[in-house]
Amino acid sequence: MEITLQNVVFAIVAAAMMLCSFLTVTTKNILRSVTYLLFTLLGTAVFYFMLDYTFLGAAQIIVYVGGVVVLFVFSILLTRSDKNLNARLQPSKILSAAIAALVGAGVFLWCMLTHNFASQVAPTGEELDMKVIGQTLLGADKYQYLLPFEAVSVLLLACLIGGVLIARKR
Amino acid sequence: MEIQLQYYLVVSCFMLACGIFGFFVRRNTLAMLIAVELMLNAADINFAAFNRYLFNDALEGHFFTLFGIAIAAAETAVAVAIMINLYRNLNSIQTKDIEDMKH
Repeated sequence: MEITLQNVVFAIVAAAMMLCSFLTVTTKNILRSVTYLLFTLLGTAVFYFMLDYTFLGAAQIIVYVGGVVVLFVFSILLTRSDKNLNARLQPSKILSAAIAALVGAGVFLWCMLTHNFASQVAPTGEELDMKVIGQTLLGADKYQYLLPFEAVSVLLLACLIGGVLIARKR
Repeated sequence: MEIQLQYYLVVSCFMLACGIFGFFVRRNTLAMLIAVELMLNAADINFAAFNRYLFNDALEGHFFTLFGIAIAAAETAVAVAIMINLYRNLNSIQTKDIEDMKH
């Protein structure tokens, strides 16, 4: 049982992600919470890179880190959420939320650790060809994704118009 | 020592539990949205890991993750627009202050 560089990287990234996702929901300062979310999302991108889905990791970094996190920071500053995060909750409510989360996590862990998965193929290190991704995304045959692609484009247009319409000044 | 599928699943399970906890505990709608992002991200990791480890020659998980990322971004944009509008009308985005659909 030798320990490779990949194991070390995985262990470090996994530990950092778990720590950051825990701090995301427990820290009192919402700007710090967004920063921890940023590190969690970057760790997810590293996971995609380790699974040899390079395009997916790049999309994750561009969309989440470049778009969503910046949007969060802007909206926090615009709504002055950094001043009034007052999470003054009764301890009983925090306790019940923790129990709900722990029971859920326990059930999931029990399911996935006792289930015998079919033969696993470890990532071989050869990344998914960009040509394959493009042809699958824009093909109309079986197992190809032209229709969802167009549906997402319409959805994004609707979101663009809806966002402007909702947030504009009257 | 190979990295197993279960390792990815454990990390995403922990992330999902954190998201659930945050969604229950937070009282600021933006903080709740951050918790939702955590949960979505956990689901995306699962899609990609299952695709790579169990169905190596298929691409379904990869593209579901890709569409999931796009839809999560769209959802965040609309939710943030709604919250900015709420703040303009109510001067607050705490859940206890949001009672009416129309102000």
